[in-house]
Amino acid sequence: MGRVKEPILWALFSGGGMVAALVLPALVFLLWIAAPLGWVTLPSYGELVELVRHPISRLSIFALASLSFYHWAHRFRYTLYDGLQLYHLNELIAVLTYGSATLLTLAAGFLLVAVV
Amino acid sequence: MVRAVNPDYTPHHPKWYRRRIPIFWWIRKRAYVKFIARELTSPFVAYAAALLLMQVWALARGGAAYARFLAWLQLGPVLIWHGALLIILLFHTVTWLNLAPKAIVLHVRGRRIPDAAVVAGHYAAWLAVSTFLVWLLVRGW
Amino acid sequence: MAESITIEVQRYRPEEQSQPSWQTYEVPFQPEWMVLDALNYIKDNLDGTLSYRWSCRMGVCGSCGMMVNGEPVLTCAAYLKGFTPGPIRVEPLTGFPVIRDLIGDMSDFLEKLSRVSPWIMREEEPPLSKGEHLQTPEQLAEYKGYSMCINCMLCYAACPIYELEPGFIGPAAIALAQRYNLDSRDQGAAERMKTLSDAEGIWACTFVGECSTVCPKNVDPAGAIQRYKLAATVDHFKSMVLPWSER
Ligand code: SF4
Ligand code: FES
Repeated sequence: MGRVKEPILWALFSGGGMVAALVLPALVFLLWIAAPLGWVTLPSYGELVELVRHPISRLSIFALASLSFYHWAHRFRYTLYDGLQLYHLNELIAVLTYGSATLLTLAAGFLLVAVV
Repeated sequence: MVRAVNPDYTPHHPKWYRRRIPIFWWIRKRAYVKFIARELTSPFVAYAAALLLMQVWALARGGAAYARFLAWLQLGPVLIWHGALLIILLFHTVTWLNLAPKAIVLHVRGRRIPDAAVVAGHYAAWLAVSTFLVWLLVRGW
Repeated sequence: MAESITIEVQRYRPEEQSQPSWQTYEVPFQPEWMVLDALNYIKDNLDGTLSYRWSCRMGVCGSCGMMVNGEPVLTCAAYLKGFTPGPIRVEPLTGFPVIRDLIGDMSDFLEKLSRVSPWIMREEEPPLSKGEHLQTPEQLAEYKGYSMCINCMLCYAACPIYELEPGFIGPAAIALAQRYNLDSRDQGAAERMKTLSDAEGIWACTFVGECSTVCPKNVDPAGAIQRYKLAATVDHFKSMVLPWSER
């Protein structure tokens, strides 16, 4: 992994933090708490498939997922680095965190372009 | 004149003391605990994103797979875990939005917009996004 | 009513000890006393060997910063009665090597401060005949908060990153860089960015935020650093899109 500039990583981290802050609480509540408990009714299977296939949905889900992964990667990298004082493992931690985020981003892209 | 009892001491050379930093330095102060709690919301952000992709994938694999996914969501332990997830993500949202004006300094006609207004704008955006998601996803009312 | 209060002071006399130790003193409790007054009482009446720094006794010189019950404070501005019933633990500021007792070595900060060029930099100085540089109240307000710093180092003591990574330039130095960057008379922002945009500059900061909490002058170094990150990021993307426009 080459030297990626900190400003780019910080932009991904901040973008992810902002998107996650605005979107995730409502999403978690609706999809994974309110709907399973029967408090709200989600669109039917067919409607949902249609909704997810819309280009804007694909793009939004991809952006949300990818930015969230990079948000995690950047923040978690520093948590390990400073929180556990793993200074000697700096390079390894960076490869593992940003690498995982990149793999997950590729998987998300594949899912949203080729599978859905 | 100097009463040298410390065998490492050399007169006229500074002999500084530096404390060792405990591994768990961040549990020694409330503010640090809050900081590390805020930082540790990040794996949960990633989990939520991954779960959303799993749900999309279940949709793509057909009605039966999707029904299995919904049944999994209804399991008691999964529901409790997602309740905890919601609390953690709310903590992320609140800490994130409250700190936003620290980085974002806006000016209107040469005058700085007060921090409180920047925070209020972010909360308004949160409300708008949440309302939109309810409109998009909730049926039958 | 308590008439005396216990003060535990961290002692370090390098000729005699290789590790610091604690020493306990009983001082009279006076409601109008600051922690510094109690230390002066110890020095004058109980133990003349105790070493610490102070000068102005009014919160402007920035020399009397110490850890009191684990928090960095100006001891000349911290009432004893804020810590009743005691005991009060007084230590040197964390993050700095201890020279003796409560005295830390600040030379690391002074070296870093000089790296951010904390003065007004001009590409060319207009001739005197052109008159003074005028500044509107709004332009003054942009940087005035950052100019209130008294170099007391409380923010460094509050910052876990500085202690963990001594290479980190640190809160006050970055806030002082911003003090000049945001001054309408200054033209040195690009130059300072070179020093501050590397891993030991703004990017080492993970926004713990304690520096701003402890600052006695409301300088808000944490805010200064986050603004700097945003500016550096915007700069970076601009120079990617328009590579020819910036140096
Ligand atoms: S920024 Fe505040 S805490 Fe830090 S040295 Fe300056 S006055 Fe002291
Ligand atoms: S003695 Fe000058 S600031 Fe406290």
